[in-house]
Amino acid sequence: MIAIINTGCANINSVRFAFERLGVNPEVIRDPAQLKQFDRAVLPGVGHASVAMKRLRDLGWDKAIAEYQNPLMGICLGMQLLCDETEEGNVQCLGQIPGKVSYLKTGQLTSPHMGWNTLSVCKAHPLTQGLSPDEQVYFVHSFAHASNASTLVESEYGTRFSAVVAKDNYAGMQFHPEKSAKVGATLLNNFLNWQL
Amino acid sequence: MLSKRIIPCLDVKNGQVVKGVKFKQHEIVGEILELAALYSQAGADELVFYEISASVEKRLLDVNWVRDIARHIDIPFCVAGGIKSVADAAKVLEQGADKISINSPAIARPELIKELHDEFGKQCVVVGIDSFFDANTGEYLVYQLTGDPNSASQTRYKTSEWVQRVQDLGAGEIVLNCMNQDGVRKGYDIEQLSNIRKQCDVPLIASGGAGVMQDFVDVFQQADVDGALAASVFHKQLIEIDALKQYLAANKVPCRL
Repeated sequence: MIAIINTGCANINSVRFAFERLGVNPEVIRDPAQLKQFDRAVLPGVGHASVAMKRLRDLGWDKAIAEYQNPLMGICLGMQLLCDETEEGNVQCLGQIPGKVSYLKTGQLTSPHMGWNTLSVCKAHPLTQGLSPDEQVYFVHSFAHASNASTLVESEYGTRFSAVVAKDNYAGMQFHPEKSAKVGATLLNNFLNWQL
Repeated sequence: MLSKRIIPCLDVKNGQVVKGVKFKQHEIVGEILELAALYSQAGADELVFYEISASVEKRLLDVNWVRDIARHIDIPFCVAGGIKSVADAAKVLEQGADKISINSPAIARPELIKELHDEFGKQCVVVGIDSFFDANTGEYLVYQLTGDPNSASQTRYKTSEWVQRVQDLGAGEIVLNCMNQDGVRKGYDIEQLSNIRKQCDVPLIASGGAGVMQDFVDVFQQADVDGALAASVFHKQLIEIDALKQYLAANKVPCRL
């Protein structure tokens, strides 16, 4: 069984529908005590990092996520919340993925980074199986994780940044796999099949 | 590199997709979900749904079809029609829409743009602008309530003034509907779009006038817009989206194949 963590500040439906299209029925959970019953979990997120982090801590999700042993994947802001810290509101995050999230320096390009952009795989991993070179996914973000040892896939918009990260049982995707057509479905399927 | 977006627009009326010429004479094109699935499978990068009668009838669009789209479509989509408040927008976004687009309600109450920006973030807030070229004065003017020819009227804004104002208020994207070109398939209004591009720091989407594949190449290369929206050429199958993408790629326009 797969859980979608609902902290009350993200659009849960899009992610839920995407898994339903793959033939699984995720359960949306609001209580951190429920998390450990699930085989895998997704942390979606839209909005401001400081607001979302405060809510995670106030509700006790920080502890539940730290203790969780199974695959857990953050999407978009959810991925950033799994990192050490973020420049958005200058807050400490959950610390499961090493590295810092900073404002994406886009140079002459418009911000936020919004639209379809190309992925480049830098490390083989069960999460990136079946990805052809130059596949595109849908991004909407202004902050990004700087590539480091946990980076599996990169993208570039003014600067190179992490598109997919993983460390131990934690993973994150900066883009929206639930809105990324066939490529997104492949990646979500990889997450469903990811064995630690 | 970020891809230029191809965006089919589905005008919705009474639960079906319709198409008019120059915003008038609506005819039924097909079922919402069927067309949405067809376009997304053919490679559309995003879809826009616009319930054209909502603003005119002073009501919020019907959110039931929004949920159906979210359930079955795996690309981003934007929804428009009678969204007048943060509460209205929340109802639409909760169903799974990625963005909301506002037009006439923003003209009636510009602060709505800021309220939506503050509540949902810039990336959710699209402002649609219906711009009409008045040949007598040589000016581009903003129109409102264009969903019904009986209610359409000129506003107090020149197009360039309104483009600046909506950006200042927090719009995350602007769709510029060039009304003189709408539905006549003679090409996008490159001159107007190029001028607006210079003052527009957020993504700019061209709307109105697409007739042949070269029109898309021209608007991307000459007006440097981020996306091109079209309806009739797709509805009437004059242009297939997959063929269009190949054509764009052959002309070195960055796109998703």
